[in-house]
Amino acid sequence: MTSLPRRLLAVAATTALLAPLSACGVFSSPDLVIYNAQHEELLDEIVPLFEEQSGLDVELRSGKDLEMANQIVEEGKDSPADVFLTENSPAMSIVDNAGLFAPAPAAALENIPADYVPGSKNWVGFLGRSTVVMYNTDNLDESELPASILEFAEPEWEGRVGFSPTGADFQAIVSAVLELEGEDATRAWLEGLKTNGVILQNNLVVMQSADAGEIDAGIAYHYYWYRDREESGTDSDSSALYFFADQDPGAFLSVSGAGILASSENQEAAEEFVGWLTGTEAQQAMAESYALEYPLNPDVSLNPEVKPFDELEPPTVDIASLNGPQVTDLMTEAGLL
Amino acid sequence: MAVALLALIPLAYVATYTVIIGPVEIWELVARPRIVELLRNTVTLAAACMAATVVLGLALALLVERTDLPGRRLWHGLLVAPLAVPAFVNGYAWVSIDRSINGFSGAFLVITLSYYPLVYLPAAAALRGLDPALEEVSWALGHSRWRTLGRVVLPQLRPALLGGALLVGLHLLAEFGALALLRFPTFTTAIYDQYGSTFNGSAATAMAGVLVMLCLLLLLADLRLRGHRHYARIGQGAARDASRTPLGALRWPLVAAVAALLVLALGVPTYALVRWLAVGTSTEFPLDELATAALTTVALAAAGAVATTLAAIPVVWLAVRHRSRVSTLVERSAYVANALPGIVVGLALVVASLKVVPVIYQTSLLLVIAYAILFLPRALVSVRAGLEQAPVVLDHVAHSLGVGPVRTAQRVTLPLIASGLGAGTALVFLAISTELTATLMLSPIGTHTLATEFWSASSELRYGAAAPYALLLVLISIPATVLLMRHERITP
Repeated sequence: MTSLPRRLLAVAATTALLAPLSACGVFSSPDLVIYNAQHEELLDEIVPLFEEQSGLDVELRSGKDLEMANQIVEEGKDSPADVFLTENSPAMSIVDNAGLFAPAPAAALENIPADYVPGSKNWVGFLGRSTVVMYNTDNLDESELPASILEFAEPEWEGRVGFSPTGADFQAIVSAVLELEGEDATRAWLEGLKTNGVILQNNLVVMQSADAGEIDAGIAYHYYWYRDREESGTDSDSSALYFFADQDPGAFLSVSGAGILASSENQEAAEEFVGWLTGTEAQQAMAESYALEYPLNPDVSLNPEVKPFDELEPPTVDIASLNGPQVTDLMTEAGLL
Repeated sequence: MAVALLALIPLAYVATYTVIIGPVEIWELVARPRIVELLRNTVTLAAACMAATVVLGLALALLVERTDLPGRRLWHGLLVAPLAVPAFVNGYAWVSIDRSINGFSGAFLVITLSYYPLVYLPAAAALRGLDPALEEVSWALGHSRWRTLGRVVLPQLRPALLGGALLVGLHLLAEFGALALLRFPTFTTAIYDQYGSTFNGSAATAMAGVLVMLCLLLLLADLRLRGHRHYARIGQGAARDASRTPLGALRWPLVAAVAALLVLALGVPTYALVRWLAVGTSTEFPLDELATAALTTVALAAAGAVATTLAAIPVVWLAVRHRSRVSTLVERSAYVANALPGIVVGLALVVASLKVVPVIYQTSLLLVIAYAILFLPRALVSVRAGLEQAPVVLDHVAHSLGVGPVRTAQRVTLPLIASGLGAGTALVFLAISTELTATLMLSPIGTHTLATEFWSASSELRYGAAAPYALLLVLISIPATVLLMRHERITP
């Protein structure tokens, strides 16, 4: 008898429950919407500092590098994003190539050396991450590690080297190999890795597997290992880091980028944020945070426990040339995706 | 009609893109080693798990329903209980206790332990519903108990066993979380990886196409195997229990075997959860985030369940009260769409919404639509069962007494089908709260459900942080599982 009114009540209650979900987008409009593909914890840590200083209200939406880049391209002029932050630069190139970025603000260009700004000057790098090998110290001596990352495709590494092909991190490393060694060499390398390698879910798993001795060596970025050393060390007890040298593609330094969408109606606030993000204060805060990525503002340096930035020997790569789509095509072809 | 059209969006998407990409490129995308590898993985795992769950489910159902196994009621409840543990929580439990459990054997173990109730429950219900007289006739004709089992009982269990196996197969084709955690790539995990890298790349679409073909093949095989035999009988027969086969000396060893199975299926996830909760409480127990995720999950699941049930009502109404070719077609098309895994529905809705109604992209509304497409059949089956038992003559009586159609619906029909509506809503609620892939793809950025939070923690091996979410998921699933047990019917 009462079932219809009761159901109407249920619908009303549900709507009431759902309201908070859409509230952030509907009832209060933030001053700045950031599509964030950088580690979420890091931005959660520093954005409040910016909000406090600027008095602006920032909404952070988190996702993954290439997913968000493609999403911005699909959204086009209607994108709600004002600023786009990535972990690695190929995702920035996708948006830049689609012509969706506004020129980077002058303040940011002053803060960051030209090496970490693309030719278009439409975005800037703000953090760097060095490619490393995490190797198990019980199974392997440092001297047994190859001089080049390309050698991991050799049969002697069968079942011994781990990597996480689905993450943007590894795809950025592949894009560097592609840029430095050309398409054929990259294809051969990927095929070798597919045959030899142990495919893992993400870089954290790479580290844990190397530490547990399930693999002898794993390809990842430096900060995972250092973070674990700082925190508990339980995932890096029996592992050590190996940095490639001599501008080997394996010494590639990947850059996290920040760009302002041309379609943004909050240009001023966006410029203020990107200027602040690359300035000494924010860079210092990030250097002191748990992140342990290299700040790219030369006035700020990282915790001395981490291998100093100027001791790295990265290859020279034009960060604007890193091609995400071609990389995923090659990886698909090699059967890694 | 609109409901059916909506349900067909995913199928249309896959078909359209297959045409747009063109046969040559599709062939290149499909005929490559990766696809062959995925096909081998998916098909062997599906075949092995379907066989294992049928054997296990049938054996357990016979033990509980047809022998003098001690403590049968208790066993029955416990044997159904794994339904409340989502397969990905089970996978997490095993892999977090021993990382070497992975690959084919790990996937086979976890999937079999998680899915066998899908066969056990309908098999047990069918056994209970059989008329014991048939078996007694067989004995009277001098056939042994084994021969009677093979010649009389098993043939009658065919629909239940086939239906259960079909469910296992379809669930497996859609399974993402457990298989990703256990590092056994299938089409669903590979499509998800592709999507994360290239958004809506043609390779992902080609894989989706192959996956859809597998689903349709499974449905077709089911239709074929079911054949045209008739199993129904008129009247309920004598309402009495079938006589039970004494187990004799095997009694206690079999009790031990069932208990051992339950230790694997229920004990391991319970142990893992408790252990990680104990470890996890010290490191991470973010009440705030837990509450938000739980509330989001409940809100989305409630909205999705209500929307799905409401969408089911007109479809069922047409199919039952105004039977015609068109209405049957409408109802069937909803089932076909259900053969698609969440990942394909997600992929299709991402593209469809961006192309047609970009406003709803990345909103809760789109997510609710996806849930409605995915789980409509669950609501259909329950609502249909309710409506078929509501005699149309009562409507006519109401009309003849001068009551209008709206008031008739309100005062006569709705109260009669209320329990069916409730069951349908609960079932869909259960399915949505543990849905992972479509939610990962379509949820508004920044929206976290228990399943997505659990997923992000467990895929980074933060097992302690994942445990509270897993526990909440299990708790949310319990009421619907109890309901299922009482209804003793699982819907495809």
